[in-house]
Amino acid sequence: MATKYTGLCIGVTGLNANDNPGPGIAVIRALKEGLGDDIRIIGFAYESLEPGIYMPGLVDKTYQLPYPTAGTGALLERLTYINNQENLTAIIPNFDAELHNFIIIAPSLLKIGIRTFLPSLAQLQVRDKANLFEFGNKNKLRVPPHYKLFSAADLPHATEELGFPLVIKGKFYDAYIAVNMDSALKAFKQLEAAWGYPVIAQKYIKGTEINVAALGSGNGGNLSIVPMRKLYITEKGKAWAGVTIEDNALVELADQFAKATQWRGAYELEIIRDADDQLFIIEINPRFPAWIYLAAAAGQNQPATLIKMSMGENVDPFNSHESGKLFIRHSWDQVVDIAEFQKMSAFGEL
Amino acid sequence: MKIKKNIATSENGFVFNPATGDSFSGNAMASVILLAMKNGVNTTEIKADILKKYDVSVAQLDRDWEDWVIQLKEANLLELELNHGN
Repeated sequence: MATKYTGLCIGVTGLNANDNPGPGIAVIRALKEGLGDDIRIIGFAYESLEPGIYMPGLVDKTYQLPYPTAGTGALLERLTYINNQENLTAIIPNFDAELHNFIIIAPSLLKIGIRTFLPSLAQLQVRDKANLFEFGNKNKLRVPPHYKLFSAADLPHATEELGFPLVIKGKFYDAYIAVNMDSALKAFKQLEAAWGYPVIAQKYIKGTEINVAALGSGNGGNLSIVPMRKLYITEKGKAWAGVTIEDNALVELADQFAKATQWRGAYELEIIRDADDQLFIIEINPRFPAWIYLAAAAGQNQPATLIKMSMGENVDPFNSHESGKLFIRHSWDQVVDIAEFQKMSAFGEL
Repeated sequence: MKIKKNIATSENGFVFNPATGDSFSGNAMASVILLAMKNGVNTTEIKADILKKYDVSVAQLDRDWEDWVIQLKEANLLELELNHGN
């Protein structure tokens, strides 16, 4: 049965459903569940081997995008071309590293009819790993102290200040727990090569890992807040299983963040609860997390709500979700014909 | 002593704390006692019921009960009781 969402054409990035998964597949599942199976999904991929390109029933067509380092001009040019083929309604970017460019070109996208629902550049900056501790101090949010590393020579100062173990983090992604100077140096070298400067050394907080997926209205409030306790964590620190929980302290924390930043769009708080029940924010991601489908399964479909907000609908905030909903991620060998891979590699479209 | 209101228990002894995400598996006895505690039955009544149904001495039951309460506290399943003493 046709609805007002029938025929919407939504572009989604983050199709890399691998061991460090992008949120794209989960976002698409939630969109189809919330807006109907008859919406059209356009996948945006950076590499030909992103699994989401080849997963049946999820993406109607995929286009390759230029890497963020190519700049806003190349991105806008490519999206204009894609829009001429597909008549896009909206785009949900799902990578930290691409957000800067998408935010800059958002007004140009709107001019050609493509909606987004994104934070401002200032909002993006304020929660950056390099600024998080200062942001926490200013807004009375508990954030572990950190040290910005611009060269290996900074490491002894950082370890003197923070002690071992400490967490060495890349500018955009990846983190390693270092227990001595050798492992700290190794992590620093890997992360500076992968993501550039600064590399962040953060004080290690022992405790339970909790993530909160939320959707900021842009007016200082949240439309949706769903907390999840990690139950199974991979070597890369990713949740491979988790369960929704219900705790007012976590909701208040997300509300405090939204009020302080006037956040517009999706975000994720990464939190450690220590033995004294204190909540430390260790990271704030400016996008949906890869486990966002769990939020939809628990009664708060954030991706579908974001699309409605981007279209100017008035949406009431969710006020409850089901706790005790569990997700267990799994791996699956998708078999595809080489011709499909060839098409994607050669033409950047499939 | 009260079990937190939002703790979910099942007949087969599975316990889920929705505030923390912790889950526990208890035996049949644990499940019966938890259900009674959730329904507001007090400690004296629960102990009396156990003494009536099982071949156990008061001293043994008291020791086991102490151990049970410690486990409940460690699992963060008990309501915090405010001390209003002088």
